[in-house]
Amino acid sequence: MKPEGRLHAAPPRRPGQDPWWVRWTLTLAAVGVVGLLVIVPLVSVFYQALADGVGTYWKNLIADPDTRHAIRLTLGVAPLAVAANLVFGTAAAWVIARFRFPGRTVLMTLIDLPFSVSPVVAGLVFVLLFGLQGYFGPWLRAHGLKVIFAAPGLVLVTTFVTLPFIARELIPVLEAVGADEELAAVSLGARGWQVFSWVTLPNIKWGLLYGLILCNARAMGEFGAVYVVSGHIAGRTDTVPLRVEKLFQEYNTPGSFAVASVLTLLALVTLVVKVALERRVAVVEPEIPPDRTRGGES
Amino acid sequence: MSSVNRRVLPGFYPSLGFTVVYLTVLVVVPLAACCLKAASLSPDEFLAAVWNERARAAYALTFGTSVLAAAANVALGLLIAWVLVRYQFPFKRLFDSLIDLPFALPTAVAGLVYSSLYVRGGWLGRFLVPLGIEAAYSRLAIVLVLTFIGLPFVVRTVQPVLESVDAELEEASSSLGASRWQTFRRVILPLLVPALTTGFVLAFARALGEYGSVVFVSGNMPLRTEIAPVLIVARLSEFRYAEATAIAVVLLAVSFLLLGLINLLERWGKSYEA
Repeated sequence: MKPEGRLHAAPPRRPGQDPWWVRWTLTLAAVGVVGLLVIVPLVSVFYQALADGVGTYWKNLIADPDTRHAIRLTLGVAPLAVAANLVFGTAAAWVIARFRFPGRTVLMTLIDLPFSVSPVVAGLVFVLLFGLQGYFGPWLRAHGLKVIFAAPGLVLVTTFVTLPFIARELIPVLEAVGADEELAAVSLGARGWQVFSWVTLPNIKWGLLYGLILCNARAMGEFGAVYVVSGHIAGRTDTVPLRVEKLFQEYNTPGSFAVASVLTLLALVTLVVKVALERRVAVVEPEIPPDRTRGGES
Repeated sequence: MSSVNRRVLPGFYPSLGFTVVYLTVLVVVPLAACCLKAASLSPDEFLAAVWNERARAAYALTFGTSVLAAAANVALGLLIAWVLVRYQFPFKRLFDSLIDLPFALPTAVAGLVYSSLYVRGGWLGRFLVPLGIEAAYSRLAIVLVLTFIGLPFVVRTVQPVLESVDAELEEASSSLGASRWQTFRRVILPLLVPALTTGFVLAFARALGEYGSVVFVSGNMPLRTEIAPVLIVARLSEFRYAEATAIAVVLLAVSFLLLGLINLLERWGKSYEA
């Protein structure tokens, strides 16, 4: 505090350092905030799920055929959506990071759009298209196809909601790596797929994996959009997050927490893999600052 | 930057074609259908759908709680980012990664837990309810859960900027006689304003559209604790599709505005870096 302190031979502390009591107060406050907002809820999920013992927990999860079906459905829907967005994300990142063309910024905005659309609105637009009274509804009905209140609708909205993840992860990685190696490969006579699988893919594989797990976490956990198109038919169109809600509405709180604990585990695994990959990405490309400025996907 | 001639690198036309078709089918056509459906209402019907007492109450609640939650995120996010960048303490890495939990945790789980923590007999409710703080099935509950959902945004936008603040700036300010607080207030904080603003808008945009967690904690009472997305779902379950769509168009318009704002803010932040 006192400026004359710095005139002595050994300054008591660097100008950028705060006094100990400030450090302690702020650190405790931050830990307290995160403790209340994040850690207490986290512990509470597992506590409530296991409150009646492991046996009951297991029964709540496995013995309920509707819950079993929900798990199978989510394990079917999410990979389809993720796979579609993997192909899309790679193609889109290639076009946007490697080429300049008119309409490029429009494409980038369109890729970002699903992040800023409310999940409920996302579900609604697909009901308007494919629902019974929707624009394609009569045609689908005439051909005996069902999209809304059925699995295809779940895949569609999940794909919409998770569309930006992989593309947004790959674009900065591709731009940072640069095109030199690819140009060298082309000049040595490599063909399109050879360039991609031998030059581009090894350079972006960690970024790709990073986008993939974030995309998957959202795909498996999506609630609002899926809620609108699923129709909540237990044992038919209930995904795992919808099952959590249904059990909660049926006042089966332990069952609801048991299912929620599975989703929480998924989130924790996602975080662990994410941290491991962040270190990996940082080692491979030390010149890229970790891009933390983006929202829902990181 | 690599502005590479498209005659040299392979795959321009196939990838561009695929990207455009995919975005058209999944994004452009569905959103256009939404606007088309809303346009099938006459102006009077549209106005009646989007501007009645229940809808107004829902907008006010959605905006109010989102602003409060985003503001809370700015204060808490600045605190957390400061502590993470400036101080050392045990389990800091774990603490840092836990900040991202709201991004990874399904919103339904967040809603479920928050609804159970703050009820009368809950872990936190047993202390708060006797004090008259009803943080379950109330507006406060919505703000709380939205604060959780938006927690990472401000931290993750401010953190890199704070890391890059030049130590010499602080030394200069201190050698010119500024106190630590003055240095923070006059030197560091202005540098963080673009990042704080971006974080605020990102958290606000996310909170506006949030459904999964709020539906668990709010109680969803029309006129009191019903947010706009819940109102859309209510209209849908009454098969009043056009009215639901009209409200959705209002939300979409706000989302587009915010998206534009976020892009502008990112440019602003970049101009600060340069």
